[in-house]
Amino acid sequence: MELLLQQVLAGLSTGTIYACMALAVVMIYQAIDHLNFAQGEMAMFSTFIAWQLIQWGLPYWVAFAITVVVSFVAGVLIDRVLFRPIQNAPILSQIVAFIALFSILNSSAGQIWDFTIKSFPTPFGHTALFGSALIDTHEAGMIGVTLGMLGLLYLFFRRTRLGLAMRAAAANPESARLVGIRVGWMTALGWGMAAAIGAVAGMLIAPVVFLEPNMMLGVLLYGFAGAVLGGMTSPGGAVAGGFAVGVIENLAGTFIPYFGRELKLTIALILIVAVLMVRPSGIFGRQAVTRV
Amino acid sequence: MTAPSDEVAAKEGVARAPAPARAGSSAAVRDDRGHRLAILAAVIVAFLIPLFARDFLTFQLTQVMVYALAILGLNLLTGFNGQFSLGHSAFYGIGAYTTAIMMSRWGIPYFWTLPAAGAVCFAVGFLFGLPALRLQGLYLALATFALAIAMPQILKFQPLESFTGGVQGLVVDQPDPPFGLPIDADQWLYYFTLAVLLVMFAGAANLVRSRTGRAIMAIRDNPIAAAAMGINTALYKTLTFGVSALYTGIAGALGAIVVQFVAPDSFNFLLSISFLVGLVIGGVGSIPGCLVGGLFVLFVPNIAESVSTGLAGVIYGVILLIVIFVMPAGTAGFARIVFARLLRSPKPEGRSR
Amino acid sequence: MTRLTRRTILAAAPSILTVASLPARADKKYDPGVTDTEIKIGNTGPYSGPASSYSAVPKAQVAFWKMMNDQGGINGRKINFISYDDAYTPPKTVEQVRRLVEQDNVLLVASPLGTPTNSAIWHYMNQKKVPQLFVATGATKWDDPKNYPWTIGWQPNYQSEGRIYAAYITKEKPDAKIGILYQNDDFGKDYVKGLKDGLGDKAKSMVAIEASYETTDPTVDSQVIGMNGAGINVFVNTAIPKFAAQAIRKAAEIGWKPLHVLSSIGNSVGATLKPAGLENAKDLISDFYVKDATDPTWKDDAGFKTWVAFMDKYLPDADKTDSGYVAGHSLAAATAQVLKQCGDELTRENVMKQAANLHDFTVPMLLPGIKANTSPTDFAPLKQVQMGKFDGAQWRLFGPLIAGAVT
Repeated sequence: MELLLQQVLAGLSTGTIYACMALAVVMIYQAIDHLNFAQGEMAMFSTFIAWQLIQWGLPYWVAFAITVVVSFVAGVLIDRVLFRPIQNAPILSQIVAFIALFSILNSSAGQIWDFTIKSFPTPFGHTALFGSALIDTHEAGMIGVTLGMLGLLYLFFRRTRLGLAMRAAAANPESARLVGIRVGWMTALGWGMAAAIGAVAGMLIAPVVFLEPNMMLGVLLYGFAGAVLGGMTSPGGAVAGGFAVGVIENLAGTFIPYFGRELKLTIALILIVAVLMVRPSGIFGRQAVTRV
Repeated sequence: MTAPSDEVAAKEGVARAPAPARAGSSAAVRDDRGHRLAILAAVIVAFLIPLFARDFLTFQLTQVMVYALAILGLNLLTGFNGQFSLGHSAFYGIGAYTTAIMMSRWGIPYFWTLPAAGAVCFAVGFLFGLPALRLQGLYLALATFALAIAMPQILKFQPLESFTGGVQGLVVDQPDPPFGLPIDADQWLYYFTLAVLLVMFAGAANLVRSRTGRAIMAIRDNPIAAAAMGINTALYKTLTFGVSALYTGIAGALGAIVVQFVAPDSFNFLLSISFLVGLVIGGVGSIPGCLVGGLFVLFVPNIAESVSTGLAGVIYGVILLIVIFVMPAGTAGFARIVFARLLRSPKPEGRSR
Repeated sequence: MTRLTRRTILAAAPSILTVASLPARADKKYDPGVTDTEIKIGNTGPYSGPASSYSAVPKAQVAFWKMMNDQGGINGRKINFISYDDAYTPPKTVEQVRRLVEQDNVLLVASPLGTPTNSAIWHYMNQKKVPQLFVATGATKWDDPKNYPWTIGWQPNYQSEGRIYAAYITKEKPDAKIGILYQNDDFGKDYVKGLKDGLGDKAKSMVAIEASYETTDPTVDSQVIGMNGAGINVFVNTAIPKFAAQAIRKAAEIGWKPLHVLSSIGNSVGATLKPAGLENAKDLISDFYVKDATDPTWKDDAGFKTWVAFMDKYLPDADKTDSGYVAGHSLAAATAQVLKQCGDELTRENVMKQAANLHDFTVPMLLPGIKANTSPTDFAPLKQVQMGKFDGAQWRLFGPLIAGAVT
């Protein structure tokens, strides 16, 4: 029983990483209606920028702020320069463009900053929380920031006019244009926000996993799984999904005899797919109803 | 103002049969004959290459054909049937391991392993297609992605090691040319692969042109309408999954024979991404495009590396972006536009449309 | 007796000239890739892809050969070092090596990196009789001169390291309950095998947990927590720096203080211990065969200074904490020695003969006392390691050099 509790808690703390990433994934999905493979690499690159600023002597929060702003601008630029010209291209072609972006970011990061791991500071410290060995202050801080971002996003989308305009532009571009919404700029804004959230995610995740060019691939895939499990239309669901993935994977690895040790990722994914069989749009997702 | 169906097709970047010349008209006969001549010329050139090229180029071209076949498998599922798959590296791996296990553990000659690999992969693909019926788009992507992740883990799984060779992999012996033909092993493998490729490509072309093919494409274009018209969408979708897996599995089997080695981590998620890239570059829904895709997947990373070893990934990404910008619908889409422009020039005889 | 007239001398001239020219012509024997002024050698490594963290190894070799050429080459010949990316995927390695052998016509392939990648070209190299020299992996299988005479390893293999840990543990903690963390691929499993083989019959009772991880896993925290919960008191940590550091830090965080044995892969002060927190790494045990570039112990060591000078001149922007640069430098130095020993007889056969003919050979970054030795029946050049204990600031080597070769 004690082991179960420990592994659940451990799963929640790893799950925080996935939840953070899942939020960024859902954010971009809501803006552009498909998955951005390069999301993780953008987050990694932003984190490297922050690290470099800190190496050059800037205090943590200044570097943090500059990185978030730079990432936002970069996200907008990537949208305008790279994706605007191909927005009418087939979806698969756009996905390949994301893959290209992934390759570029990963390779440049490796070339500029090398492949050795670097420690990234955290404003929360690494001391054990409430004396428990299983969750430390940084992880608690991560959960707090993730939930905080979630809350802000909720308020933004539901309570502000700009948020409403963004949702309209993503849901029905044609009609949105007709009421005067600048759809192109809404998409760019969505990209910028997703890039900024990704940067925050990266800066929260790096202290746990250590900063290196390949740090985000696994995280992105788990975050993606979490977002899909929770439902791509629901940011809250995505965060919950991220936590769930962490816990499922841990429990599978610990408690399933014989297979669990080596196949825990497989088992976790099988379980997620099984859930999707029952609820094809994710646990909290809304079933899209289309008119025939 | 294009018709709505054409717009949909353009968005999907899909091959649609060009406006058919009225059957029997000289234009139609000329189109068909031109087509056949082009294919014949290509086959003759392909036949002659190994006789004049050195072994290394022959080996590379054999690999190109293997990738082209794998991409064709993905094309059948994604291009013609609209089901997105990130999991084809798993089928490729299953085919490769079927061949490797049969050849190295059971001593079965290489040509029998191909139908075996195909059969195994068909079964796996079909079985996977069943639950996949309930999933669309992103959710199907996740399910297939799960398959891609699972494959290396299963192959490394300790209890199966006596079968699979575990992390150390399995060595596959290179087959010798039969009947004492005066060619070397590389050339024989090239011709063998070429023969298999031609048969499989012809099969795919026939499938696409048949009633089944039209049903499959109808499901992609408008599943509800297809169901309303009486097409058994569930059956066709799972069958397509199976056939698609069969194609990629046979490609994997050939790949194992060509490379002479299989190891679990070669068949990971990144291989699926390569297939996807090859599919898009070649042209989704285009059968000849698969060859272009194969060429791209093999040669462009080498080109990128020769520019700069450290920044090869950047060069590769830039090349990809340029290709997507210039040819958003892939090479096949681009070729179609070019030919359409060329053929639009005034001709003495009236055209049917 | 014939008088030494001009006529006799002229008559003897042709035969004298023939005799005079024979030895010089017989000395120079060239296989493909060699001319009077150049030797072409090939290499593959993961410059891209998920294993790109090892790219320092081939990069160091490229720089080393540039340095060699600046210093005049070997026996008057410049080295044309052709290194290709294989992204750690065996099919690509096969393609690149075939390109090197069949298109670039290299004399030999030096230090291709990785176990599955080298396994993929193993048969080909031996069939084509091209030297597969000093492969950059610690798998045990490369020491097999009888069946694979064209392939030779370099570093102490992982299984022997595992056995050495087993010997140390049985001596220091006979009541051990062992947990081993390993990467779920060839080198990780080799460590596990070595450890269990070294423990013999006691393996079943002593090794309580074998926890693996994939390189795509974000953390190994759950494995560490699981081990602590199971009462493990000896932790064998064979992970690569990223995960080794995570494990060290997590163990300290949860207050778990087992006998912590770190493998040579993850024991760099700068690359692993510093990110993990030097205080957390106190009392760690590990095994060494090369000098840790970030360990202050070697500050004034001559070999170390040679390497630093090399790095400063030829790889000034590189991160010296990446032990791949040490490995690459050592591998290239070994190949240089073999080429030097070949003299003008630069045939593939002679290359292997000289590779099997290393006597007490050292390179600058080897630990003092460790020497490379090979013979026609012994294709494991480096066999010795030395144990060390971390005191919170640097590694303190102790004990004798241990030879743990597994054939």
